[in-house]
Amino acid sequence: METKLPPASTPTSPSSPGLSPVPPPDKVDGFSRRSLRRARPRRSHSSSQFRYQSNQQELTPLPLLKDVPASELHELLSRKLAQCGVMFDFLDCVADLKGKEVKRAALNELVECVGSTRGVLIEPVYPDIIRMISVNIFRTLPPSENPEFDPEEDEPNLEPSWPHLQLVYEFFLRFLESPDFQPSVAKRYVDQKFVLMLLELFDSEDPREREYLKTILHRVYGKFLGLRAYIRKQCSHIFLRFIYELEHFNGVAELLEILGSIINGFALPLKTEHKQFLVRVLIPLHSVKSLSVFHAQLAYCVVQFLEKDATLTEHVIRGLLKYWPKTCTQKEVMFLGEMEEILDVIEPSQFVKIQEPLFKQVARCVSSPHFQVAERALYFWNNEYILSLIEDNCHTVLPAVFGTLYQVSKEHWNQTIVSLIYNVLKTFMEMNGKLFDELTASYKEQQKARERQELWQGLEELRLRRLQGTQGAKEAPLQRLTAQVATSGGQS
Amino acid sequence: MAGAAGPGTGPGAAGGDGDDSLYPIAVLIDELRNEDVQLRLNSIKKLSTIALALGVERTRTELLPFLTDTIYDEDEVLLALAEQLGNFTGLVGGPDFAHCLLPPLESLATVEETVVRDKAVESLRQISQEHTPVALEAHFVPLVKRLASGDWFTSRTSACGLFSVCYPRASNAVKAEIRQHFRSLCSDDTPMVRRAAASKLGEFAKVLELDSVKSEIVPLFTNLASDEQDSVRLLAVEACVSIAQLLSQEDLEALVMPTLRQAAEDKSWRVRYMVADKFSELQKAVGPKITLNDLIPAFQNLLKDCEAEVRAAAAHKVKELCENLPAEGRETIIMNQILPFIKELVSDTNQHVKSALASVIMGLSTILGKENTIEHLLPLFLAQLKDECPEVRLNIISNLDCVNEVIGIRQLSQSLLPAIVELAEDAKWRVRLAIIEYMPLLAGQLGMEFFDEKLNSLCMAWLVDHVYAIREAATNNLMKLVQKFGTEWAQNTIVPKVLVMANDPNYLHRMTTLFCINVLSEACGQEITTKQMLPIVLKMAGDQVANVRFNVAKSLQKIGPILDTDALQEEVKPVLQKLGQDEDMDVKYFAQEAISAVAQRLRKLDCSAKASEEPSARGADKNHFLRPRGPGEDTGKGPAHQLHGNTRDTLAQLEIAELVHFSQSGD
Repeated sequence: METKLPPASTPTSPSSPGLSPVPPPDKVDGFSRRSLRRARPRRSHSSSQFRYQSNQQELTPLPLLKDVPASELHELLSRKLAQCGVMFDFLDCVADLKGKEVKRAALNELVECVGSTRGVLIEPVYPDIIRMISVNIFRTLPPSENPEFDPEEDEPNLEPSWPHLQLVYEFFLRFLESPDFQPSVAKRYVDQKFVLMLLELFDSEDPREREYLKTILHRVYGKFLGLRAYIRKQCSHIFLRFIYELEHFNGVAELLEILGSIINGFALPLKTEHKQFLVRVLIPLHSVKSLSVFHAQLAYCVVQFLEKDATLTEHVIRGLLKYWPKTCTQKEVMFLGEMEEILDVIEPSQFVKIQEPLFKQVARCVSSPHFQVAERALYFWNNEYILSLIEDNCHTVLPAVFGTLYQVSKEHWNQTIVSLIYNVLKTFMEMNGKLFDELTASYKEQQKARERQELWQGLEELRLRRLQGTQGAKEAPLQRLTAQVATSGGQS
Repeated sequence: MAGAAGPGTGPGAAGGDGDDSLYPIAVLIDELRNEDVQLRLNSIKKLSTIALALGVERTRTELLPFLTDTIYDEDEVLLALAEQLGNFTGLVGGPDFAHCLLPPLESLATVEETVVRDKAVESLRQISQEHTPVALEAHFVPLVKRLASGDWFTSRTSACGLFSVCYPRASNAVKAEIRQHFRSLCSDDTPMVRRAAASKLGEFAKVLELDSVKSEIVPLFTNLASDEQDSVRLLAVEACVSIAQLLSQEDLEALVMPTLRQAAEDKSWRVRYMVADKFSELQKAVGPKITLNDLIPAFQNLLKDCEAEVRAAAAHKVKELCENLPAEGRETIIMNQILPFIKELVSDTNQHVKSALASVIMGLSTILGKENTIEHLLPLFLAQLKDECPEVRLNIISNLDCVNEVIGIRQLSQSLLPAIVELAEDAKWRVRLAIIEYMPLLAGQLGMEFFDEKLNSLCMAWLVDHVYAIREAATNNLMKLVQKFGTEWAQNTIVPKVLVMANDPNYLHRMTTLFCINVLSEACGQEITTKQMLPIVLKMAGDQVANVRFNVAKSLQKIGPILDTDALQEEVKPVLQKLGQDEDMDVKYFAQEAISAVAQRLRKLDCSAKASEEPSARGADKNHFLRPRGPGEDTGKGPAHQLHGNTRDTLAQLEIAELVHFSQSGD
């Protein structure tokens, strides 16, 4: 069934140059490499895997597994596994077609056999199986064709050897899922190093490969208890590197999806290690540029944590406020969405702790000139649960947002926003008419700014006086310092 | 002077009770609590002002503890703080008190954000130099140790950058401890820390005693170079350069080379890429003998690596590698061991590889000399000039000067011309732009005759390109050509063609004439400008398209400095005045700009003329009696001159003067 795939498809299909996106006009920066890279035809080199294969042997088809007596089955199986360990060059789609076909047929048969025949998985075949899998899947991923690969915009670079690779992954998966599979035997071969290499493959640009890896890693996590802590640690290393060093890793969404189900299974009370993972890894993940690619999975993980342990809410919300996007409105909308998900499950006792900073941020979003941001923030007031929280705490929430709402209702360019704000103000009025009137009356913001300016002025005068006192009438250093201060501090 | 009053630090104290000395810290605290990040940031950036106002003692006893304890902020604010503190030694009372700055920097060195941490480390490194040796051991080294054994990876990562600055000045016992800490970071559990350690390994090796380098650094290097993560292994390659420089040839061969050989054949292309990228440094570090035995074969492998990235990186290094070979036997090595691989790369499947090679291959001709170049390199150059990828062709053309010195360009000109023509007509304007930029170079190499015959028409064709950037580049190109070939050539070949375009039906082309005149006038000099260009410009003042007219005004302003008084007065001025009355607002604006510039120019000419004419008592001629007054200008000179001259001119001058004022106040 798996053979439905187009045979030996390579990324050098003639249509791909046409698919590469035209550089947007604002990127016009002379004769840049980017434009060339974008337009260049797909390279026919990503065969890091292939280079270590020397003196290719000829493959000859072996008898079918089902045709041999049970006594010879395992010997044949191991020969088939060895045959499947031979690698082929898929960039040259006509090279060694016969060998490729033999291997494909053998893989198909192995997939079939391990999935349906009982009693095949005996201890001696484990090392052969793991060896065959390792040889096929573990490879240094080729350099990305497009160094500025944008997972949202660009076509991914598909793995050329997929016709074989897919069958290997399928085989691996069925091996893990087989009722005969014994983790206690397999753990000798599926060790930390194996898992580490498996995790590195998540950087593959090919979404089909990542999909398989996701399921496989999930099974591994489920069956090998001894590897669980290690897998979690390595995932967090991958994330930290992604956040602070590279900003590039293709499999973040898949890893987060697995983690979502892992978090779901955490026992209570949560271990410190897990809480630390939330605060120091998951929350900072929000700061990454390509957040949109994995935000849904990330938000799921965060909410899972909060459902487990409500006391983490304050940490999480303060963390989100810290990483709140400054310039990217698209991300801001995502943050607002996640915030609403969190508020949906928040406990009133937790809400009280963060209501003020939170609603100041919400107010800033309402005043965003980007109407989608403002709109998303105003939708909070359509949420019954949030509305009830606001009502219970209106003495804090109202003053936090009132000034902004009032101002924006007069100034926003977008009519929808203005009418949404009127609705919100109306809700406030109904909620607590007296407070509303007070706030309207005392709405003056300018005073504060003036006070601040006076403070700085006073400081400046004091400094000048001191300088004059210590330096006498020397004028030059004074001027120099003034200039320095004016241009924001600099050296002492 | 400080501390007369108790440390009242509440915001309420701000200016309330009249104690000025409390003022700064209160302001700072107030501002640091402000909601607006920008205000918090501003106040941190003025930290030195605050410290200065507080005086050294109060900075130490109040400001720094405050900063250490209460800072919990946006990374942007922390970054500014980390930077400020690096220059704070003077403000806390000089080197004796430098250690006071360590606590806040220590906590900044542990934050998550890399930028902040790096800045804190940078400041710590800076401050470490200001510590006395005693203070270094008493305060700085303990800090490094604390960071190195911190429980989150951030502090350990920061520690890696601090070992090398405190090691040289520490006592032997402490040195041993420092080495011990560094060793454990090199085998840290977290790859982030191992990467940080690997990237500082070379730096640390340099400050160590040679024995320790051999006994401790080399094993660390070997371990890191075989780390399970390629991101760590590739950093070891960088360290290899520094370590190799420290060791003798025998030690090098025994201790480093096995690892380096392994790196050059690493299974990860990133590591191989790093080897290719650092090849010249490695070559210099290991010396000629090992280069011949080990590096050349490794380089050959890199040139035929299966990943294009690696091949391209290696191709970039071809010239440097050859240059750095010992002169003796160099030619043979290149001919036998390098050139065959280069030949392959010329027809590589990847255009980045080809273009990397094309950017350096011409440099080989100086190394190989005339005969070898003609026999072996020339065919390659010619092939690359015909390459399908424009970048390859451009890279060859841009380096023609190297070949010119060795064999002269004539050898190439047959193939060069079609290549140039093709690039000149490329559909992508950036390609056309790139080739235009090489035109002056080519003109210099090919000579005037060849140029006139083959390339001149191309240069003129670019003037009417449909992309503005190309027309603009083409005009600048003309100027450079005139600078090369001289005014006579310009007058005969370029100027007539440019001027003909003034009658073109397309106003964009007419404007191109003006743009050409703008840049050519200076190169061509006064005579050509006045006699040939000026009449055309003036005539175009009557153009029906406003864009042309205001460009006339701009051109007149531009060429004004080249013209003499008569031309300015008699020809330019009336036209500008007319444009100054134009119905189009922009035309008026630019005409007025030009009028004021011309007036200034006239004034200048007037002054110099007057200086030379003064003794003759004839006074001024009609050109300069009433000087338009600029603001603040001394008008005391020559009122007598105003009595001469006729009324009409006076009026005209007055008009200009008014316009000058107008345009000045309009600014």
